[in-house]
Amino acid sequence: MSEWLENHLPKVVLAPSFIAVLIFVYGFIGWTAWVSLTRSKLLPKYEIHGFIQYERLFDSPRWDTAINNLYLFGALFIVIAMVLGLLLAILLDQKIRVEGAIRTIYLYPMALSMIVTGTAWKWILNPGLGIESMVQGWGFPNFEFDWLVNPDYAIYTIVLAAIWQSSGFVMALFLAGLRSVDGEIIKAAQVDGIPTWRIYTAIIIPSMAPIFLSAFIVLAHLAIKSFDLVIALTGGGPGYATDLPATYMYAMAFSRGDIGQAASSAMIMMLVVFAIVVPYLYSELRAKND
Amino acid sequence: MKRFALATVSTLAVAAGSSVLAEPEAEVLHWWTSGGEAKSVAVLQEEFASNGGTWTDMPVAGGGGDAAMTALRARVLSGNAPTAVQLKGPAIQEWYEEGVLADISGVAEAEGWAEVLPASIAGHMKCEGTWCAAPVNVHRVDWIWANADVLAANGIEMPTTWDEFNAAAVKLMDAGVIPLAHGGQSWQDATVFEAVLLGIGGPEFYQKALVDLDPEALTSDTMVQVFDQMRTMRGFVDENFSGRDWNLATAMVMNGEAAFQIMGDWAKGEFLAAGKTPGEDFLCASTPGDGYLYNVDSFAMFSVDGDDKKAGQELLAKLIVAPNFQKVFNLNKGSIPARTDVALDDFDICANLSAEEMGSTSAAGSLLPSYAHGMALRGSQSGAITDVVTAHFNSDMSSADAVQQLADAVANSY
Repeated sequence: MSEWLENHLPKVVLAPSFIAVLIFVYGFIGWTAWVSLTRSKLLPKYEIHGFIQYERLFDSPRWDTAINNLYLFGALFIVIAMVLGLLLAILLDQKIRVEGAIRTIYLYPMALSMIVTGTAWKWILNPGLGIESMVQGWGFPNFEFDWLVNPDYAIYTIVLAAIWQSSGFVMALFLAGLRSVDGEIIKAAQVDGIPTWRIYTAIIIPSMAPIFLSAFIVLAHLAIKSFDLVIALTGGGPGYATDLPATYMYAMAFSRGDIGQAASSAMIMMLVVFAIVVPYLYSELRAKND
Repeated sequence: MKRFALATVSTLAVAAGSSVLAEPEAEVLHWWTSGGEAKSVAVLQEEFASNGGTWTDMPVAGGGGDAAMTALRARVLSGNAPTAVQLKGPAIQEWYEEGVLADISGVAEAEGWAEVLPASIAGHMKCEGTWCAAPVNVHRVDWIWANADVLAANGIEMPTTWDEFNAAAVKLMDAGVIPLAHGGQSWQDATVFEAVLLGIGGPEFYQKALVDLDPEALTSDTMVQVFDQMRTMRGFVDENFSGRDWNLATAMVMNGEAAFQIMGDWAKGEFLAAGKTPGEDFLCASTPGDGYLYNVDSFAMFSVDGDDKKAGQELLAKLIVAPNFQKVFNLNKGSIPARTDVALDDFDICANLSAEEMGSTSAAGSLLPSYAHGMALRGSQSGAITDVVTAHFNSDMSSADAVQQLADAVANSY
């Protein structure tokens, strides 16, 4: 008995969480896929009606806005956060004084919840309360900074707040990466008289490729599931100019009693995540097999 | 086996119930959790208790009822619905179609609801001919509120047409006052939109466009004019309106920063709470044009098992519509009673005006459900319209494009 237990203990311990994941993740993905093919409104129904919900989804201008916002927000957020994070990490890596304190300062926004970040930036960017009114008060009455209330620019305020929140975290990832590069190589390069910027671009950064990939995956999934930041910062407005797929899904499922529509938008969101994660998993698995 | 035992017990209970008086009990799901609202619902709770009932309170705050609806969905799906749920408008019929509402025609007929409720409001309480819900109050939505001092200082009367409103607004802008206090949240945009639509198109057009969703009305020239007026109104709002809560907009009217606000009569509660007197400090009037848009809160009665619960449900329905509760509740909440035979001596002039016009518009057939507050249409349809209204108001979309989008959105919402 004890021998059996010894052999099977890992399986026994893992079984409950395995079963839970099977039901609550994959089971509910399957359920959502099923419901997305029905005409469910207030309560889920299980009679299949083909791809009607997807047709409605792609006919909806609001969904168009949401998905375009996701591309715009995702691209800007990921690229700028990574560039900024890398830059900060390189600057911090110059063996400066009080590095620990500065690192902590940059990392701290990560400790805030998105709701706090969103609310703080909402006040900072509000034309009547924040930057605009402050600069006007300094004697520049023509100064304008109304991105938050301008439907064409409001999405960039979300990018701004998200970058503020996450670039410190990206910096920490890159800093760890920089420190793990073999010091001997760098010393050899310095002996050969290669300028510092060349050492970074030709040696250090290329050797950090896995870190870039991790940072990208973390930021990408943050972008796709962004919800609380939008709710706190703009509430999806002005109009629905800053809607993202997650807020669209919430509105359909919980405010409008249109569960079928919500399920189909959730499926599209999942496919977007798959499109990013599957190539990553593939490359990871292939690397291990080699 | 368990089911059999339950069936036996409930049969026994039914048998016992016929001889022994049932003890009324009710579980009530609602989202009246803030100050005045919580006080209002406590009135009902006390009355229920003093009639020998046991009240189980199930308040679910948040999201303007979204959280409560999620809780309700979970309860219904698990086969354990609450006795009564705060529901309103076509959502009542939507739940009825799921086959989960109870028939309370017995109480309604014994209490003569049909005689005391305006016909169009009574219509919302019926599901295919049987009564299934009890109305609590009537909020009027198409109100225009004004700061009396600001109007007097600029020599402006309460506008009775939209042209007068526009002229007054231009005058106010020249005087450096914000003409219209508004919060850029989609439901507030929709509230202004339906008032404008009722004023410009008239009650018949409102019925066709926002209740019947007649495609011809939706794409008509009148609808283009409505969007034109919305574009004009956009110019009367300060630039900082995005995302502002409605009560902050009310505060702007109160302190004279802005002159008008278009909002339902819950705005009156803000004025009164700040110690302002209706008719002196602030003015209330219906928005320009004929008609009356109502937002009626009600409790839908869900199918429950057991005599105690059924007795509780009937007692609750009876108390909700009884004159005493209708009066006390609405004095607390700022709305007016749904039944027309309650004396309004204790109510303020705005409430009296509201009740008077409810009677006259009911007779004229222009007592209409508010679309912006979920009385006229089901969630997916009204949501689709609101999307277009708010997108138009918050961008430079042309009225013709908005009308086209409106027709498409409505067609796509079924």
